[in-house]
Amino acid sequence: MSSFLAFLPELILLAGALGLFVVALGDGRVRLARTVSLLTATGMLLAALFTFGQQMVMFDGAYRVDGFSQFLKIVIGFGYVCVVLLSGELRDIRGEAKPEYYLFIALSLIGLTLLVSSIDVITLVVSLELSSFALYLLVPMRRERAGQRAQMESAIKYLMFGVAATGVMLFGFSYLYGLTGSTSLPVILAKLPPLLASSNSSLAIVGLALALAGLLYKLAVFPFHFWTPDVYEGAANETSGLIASLPKVGAVAVLVRLVSLATPEHAAFATLLTCLAVASMVYGNLIALVQTDFKRLLGFSGIAHAGYALIGFVALDDAGYAAALYYISGYMLMVLACFVVICHVSPDGANVSVADLAGLHRRSPLLAVTLLVGVFALAGIPPFVGFMAKLSLLTAALDKGHLALVVVAVINSAIAIYYYLRIVRTAFFGESEGIPARIQLAWPVAALCLLLIAGITALGVVPATVVDTISRSLAAIKFPPLG
Amino acid sequence: MTPESPFPFLSVLIFGPVAGVAVLALLRDERAQRWWTLFVTAAVGLLSLLLLPRFNTDTHAFQFVEQAAWIPTLKINYTLGLDGISLLLVLLTTLMMPLCVLASWNYIKTRVKEFMIALLLMETTMIGVFSALDTILFFVFWEAMLIPMALMIGVWGGPRRVYASLKFFIYTMAGSVFLLVALIALRLQTGTFSLPDTMGHPLSAGFQSWVFAAFFISFAIKVPMFPFHTWLPAAHVEAPTAGSVLLASILLKMGTYGFLRFALPITPLAAHTFGPYVMWISVVAILYGGFAALAQTDLKKLVAYSSVSHMGFATLGIFALNTGGIEGATLVMINHGITTGGLFMVVGLIYERLHTRDIGAAAGIGKQMPIFAFCYGLFCLSSLAFPGTNSFIGEFLVLAGGLKVSKLLILCAVPGIVAAAAYNLRMLQKLAWGGTDNPKHPPLADLNFREMVMFAPLVAFVFWIGLHPQPVMRIMHASVVHLLQQANPVITQVAALP
Repeated sequence: MSSFLAFLPELILLAGALGLFVVALGDGRVRLARTVSLLTATGMLLAALFTFGQQMVMFDGAYRVDGFSQFLKIVIGFGYVCVVLLSGELRDIRGEAKPEYYLFIALSLIGLTLLVSSIDVITLVVSLELSSFALYLLVPMRRERAGQRAQMESAIKYLMFGVAATGVMLFGFSYLYGLTGSTSLPVILAKLPPLLASSNSSLAIVGLALALAGLLYKLAVFPFHFWTPDVYEGAANETSGLIASLPKVGAVAVLVRLVSLATPEHAAFATLLTCLAVASMVYGNLIALVQTDFKRLLGFSGIAHAGYALIGFVALDDAGYAAALYYISGYMLMVLACFVVICHVSPDGANVSVADLAGLHRRSPLLAVTLLVGVFALAGIPPFVGFMAKLSLLTAALDKGHLALVVVAVINSAIAIYYYLRIVRTAFFGESEGIPARIQLAWPVAALCLLLIAGITALGVVPATVVDTISRSLAAIKFPPLG
Repeated sequence: MTPESPFPFLSVLIFGPVAGVAVLALLRDERAQRWWTLFVTAAVGLLSLLLLPRFNTDTHAFQFVEQAAWIPTLKINYTLGLDGISLLLVLLTTLMMPLCVLASWNYIKTRVKEFMIALLLMETTMIGVFSALDTILFFVFWEAMLIPMALMIGVWGGPRRVYASLKFFIYTMAGSVFLLVALIALRLQTGTFSLPDTMGHPLSAGFQSWVFAAFFISFAIKVPMFPFHTWLPAAHVEAPTAGSVLLASILLKMGTYGFLRFALPITPLAAHTFGPYVMWISVVAILYGGFAALAQTDLKKLVAYSSVSHMGFATLGIFALNTGGIEGATLVMINHGITTGGLFMVVGLIYERLHTRDIGAAAGIGKQMPIFAFCYGLFCLSSLAFPGTNSFIGEFLVLAGGLKVSKLLILCAVPGIVAAAAYNLRMLQKLAWGGTDNPKHPPLADLNFREMVMFAPLVAFVFWIGLHPQPVMRIMHASVVHLLQQANPVITQVAALP
């Protein structure tokens, strides 16, 4: 009975997905599909909250429910609720595909939920692929515009890069398997550190580094970032919002599991992560400076933020991992806040350029404030979560003596201010030509805006509970025997 | 620190305005919004007066202390407290806020509610900066302040408001990122984010130099010191009256306050090593600001450059590192808040009536508005440090303190003082008596009741501090003496440096 309880969030998601599958068989059942999705999302969030504190190993040691996984399931559940509220009208999704759209969101979410609990390489890869393939299918569902098939190009790009990254990842896992003779992470955790510490550690380091590739691709870390701006731009606004937010939480979660295989003494590994972090931050921020399309801009800023998140991993200790998780949970909210605005500023679901935001404070004050909070949070200005999370990242890295990295990071946040301010400037100080139409928000969207504003502010002002929970949950990934 | 205060005065002062925002958001009528904001700021002002009789001037210890764990995992606490210096700055803030609301009464015609929300949020962050005793808490308020201020300039400002707002934001932000790194580095050296515990913690000379450099960049931009001052004229000119007043009266003080609260007690060795250079930069600022002001025809720009010059006196006094210098500098900070705040209100009033800030176009308006001319003249005299007005005492103490350090230095600053007399008297002469038959003037109304209420406290303080500064000096004295005790024992080490 208790194993059933511990698996409750996943079961609810599965039931919801099955329900959506049935709904999608008929015609014109968009409203029904949306309702089922919202119920599933809420149910999953509640179940995750309810099962918090459960501890269990299932499926012959391949799957583990613990504080770490359940905390992430709460975050993912919250994100799912937000994404469903965000995908209200789906203005740019082909009419007949709308119910399926909700189905694939649910499937992708199942993949992510399984991912954060997987402690076997095989389950891990399968869940990662489940979450990815659903997303691959969401991208080309966008309505076709005359003379261009950008959504197809994006879908192919996303798929090709994704498959290649998974291939590299599997290759890396094969090394780890060869070295340790097991696909189970607890076994690898026990056997790998001595190998990493030995004089002949290059194979272990290479294997581990390659294994990270698939996750770095999800997180859009340089040099696995090439798909990001094009997919953001080519996919429908709602789809980009989903791709930009939830998978990154899953990716960071698994990165924490994998990177914790190394310990602070592994200088080579820290150097590798430092290089990736610096390259991501500098590249993302510099290219973002010149973007005119809002989604592309968020794409490049996402690359930079992936770099910030990696700062936590460079420390190679629990404080750093906790900071990275805190950061990415906050990032999910901030980027969703930006996408709420994108989805509702665009009258027909077309892409939104930064210039289109002009006069937003007149068209919809609530959206403008949501954008303000989201963008200032991304820029790392207190009292929002972006600041507190960045503070904990920098503290963790500086604690381990990575001064140069920290200085590069703060210089980067100073550079980033410029393009974030450009967005605020257009939305608040710019005036659109003619008399702009007011944007009417349905109540779920208004509720979502308030929810995100409250979340971003609360995580920044009173983060103690969340930070504590994360720190305590990290003890679980060291795989102490379950009593 | 003294034991915790039984009533959380500071928290109420800080978050009172936020509570005011919650109510304000529900009000629909613009009149009601203005009155409510005035009520909230006046209530906060009256509450802050309650601090005065409860403040013990005999001790340097932080008083009205409040402490609570904020983020235990990162060892960040919610710690508040005041000493003599910060008490004066908090009182200055709570005094200026109702006046700012009055100054925006008719000036702000669009989006009144949003403007008032921005004003109240500013008050929260400003009081927060002056009363925070945890470095991260300080930084949170310090940075959060940028958002309402930038919006205030960018939405309600003049023609080049967007440029000015962005320049202000990026400039300040670029400075504060280094402050953040310094704060984290300090935490890793000392093991705490607590400000009182960080003060006096033994740190190596090399480490102090780096931390001081970060402090200096961040605070010097805020003051602003030459050559980091270029954002100031732009921001002042474009900001609405209340924005200019807050910028001049409170925000610039955050920079000098930062030097007093962070640079001197935490990095005393570096402060002594680099102090002479900072003093020379201050003299350059005094001269540069004075002569630049002399060349302006835009009234707001003139007052803005005069701010650069006055704040030069403040930094000069701080880095003289003796009692006269620092007490003088603190007094200059208060006086500049009162006088320059008053001047910006006067200029805003001219703009409301004439829709210009050009000295030539506004010439001779004093004839039609005698009460106005009195206030204007008084602030001008105070700005040039005329004996009997508040600024005289402050600048006199700073110069006396500076003389103990270097006579040459003070001699070099003298032309700046002469320039101050020149630009202020030129402005006063033009406005009060010049071009009496300027045909372009519509019939001008003298100050109405609201405007008199707005100027009355400032006029009172100009005379009060000018003739009887002792109460103010007594509040800060113990804290300044203690500050010097923290900063000065290292003198022998500095002298030993090659």
